[in-house]
Amino acid sequence: MYTNQFSYHRVNTVQEAISLLQKNPDARLLAGGHSLIPAMKLRLSDPSALVDISRVAELKGIRQRGNTLVIGAMTTHSEIEDSALLKQLCPLLPEVAHIIGDPAVRNRGTLGGSLAHADPAADYPASMLALGASMKIVGSNGDRVVDADNFFTGMFATAIGSGEILTEIHVPVKTAGVGMAYETMMHPASRYAIVGVAAMVRMSGGVCQEARVGMTGAGHHAMRLSGLEAAVTGKPLDAATLSAACKSLVRPADLLGDHFASADYRAHLVDVYAQRALAAAAGKA
Amino acid sequence: MADKVRIRMTVNGLEQRGEVEPRMLLVHYLRETLGLTGTHIGCDTSQCGACVVHVDGQAVKSCTLFAVQADGSSVTTIEGLVKDGQYHPVQEGFWEKHGLQCGFCTPGMIMAAADLLNKNSNPTDAEIRHALEGNLCRCTGYQNIVLAVQYAAAKMRGEPVTGAAD
Repeated sequence: MYTNQFSYHRVNTVQEAISLLQKNPDARLLAGGHSLIPAMKLRLSDPSALVDISRVAELKGIRQRGNTLVIGAMTTHSEIEDSALLKQLCPLLPEVAHIIGDPAVRNRGTLGGSLAHADPAADYPASMLALGASMKIVGSNGDRVVDADNFFTGMFATAIGSGEILTEIHVPVKTAGVGMAYETMMHPASRYAIVGVAAMVRMSGGVCQEARVGMTGAGHHAMRLSGLEAAVTGKPLDAATLSAACKSLVRPADLLGDHFASADYRAHLVDVYAQRALAAAAGKA
Repeated sequence: MADKVRIRMTVNGLEQRGEVEPRMLLVHYLRETLGLTGTHIGCDTSQCGACVVHVDGQAVKSCTLFAVQADGSSVTTIEGLVKDGQYHPVQEGFWEKHGLQCGFCTPGMIMAAADLLNKNSNPTDAEIRHALEGNLCRCTGYQNIVLAVQYAAAKMRGEPVTGAAD
């Protein structure tokens, strides 16, 4: 299946990409292409120009800077899955990467591409919220850093503005007593999340000191389950606490529904998967 | 019409040069321009895996990659797996263990399995199934495909192997 025609520009630096985006507001960035190319084949996206950033060296690599892990936006899911540094200091991301798509998809798809695309059923956004990640966005007026809480603004919509590029993802290094987990019901064919919940808990003496829970797949965009976080903080994360806390977390009226899963069913799944994610995170703390 | 782009890549060890429309998919370049029709187009939506080839040593779905994105790369297709007239151990495994029926998914299955064995020389059955999640077979089910990959893994480790008839 051919896409519509477009002009192709390969760049070597972020600045080159920004100036091309400014010259041509209709241009789209091409990273791994695993969201964009399928959308172009279906004519859901029809850019007149593509700016290929896959060879921009400054967008690659995973490194530690103090208490922060800096992940280049062009880092592939495979690189995240196999990263010894992440396995040690932020094991949630390799676990999430491991279940995205399949190996061939993971070899091309990128973290930055996935986050910028902001598919409501993508897996990473829930973990970005649970981890308290932030995103570095660069434009012609310099750069800014946006918290995950303010990054996902709607269905396929983010805080990235016109002419800007997501360049880095910052996640905190895991500290003592912290456990993280992601639990998801996948669509059986596409592997996208029907509902996915990521949880990060900090435990001390068997009691939850801090909890962050992110949900994806169910709503128009990934979001925190703040009420649940407050409900479990200061408590042991045993079965009785979790089952009492994970009841009617979200209103079906606020959720997506389709022929795979109704909004009512998704709301039920949020309760179930939030409970599982918190229990699994507590088990790893 | 958008300007054509000059590309150069090594495909199965041979250097190829050409000019392509930016929108030409790698799978079309391989099949239609180079005549390498062993790589199949199944779903065309990056789900079925019939189009898997290796780009710079990594399995990719060539229906979801523009040929221009592979410019400067080294590409291996199913036609490039035979070395010195000898089938690749994964190809031999599919033959010996009857890992196919109609054969449509087989090139992609073999390329995906070869990618797995490059990274993991001793996979469990569960690891093989996870690695082939993006490759769909609609004929036979996956049991003999897993046996075929295990056969190839054993052969590549230098262990004795037995065929289906044994």
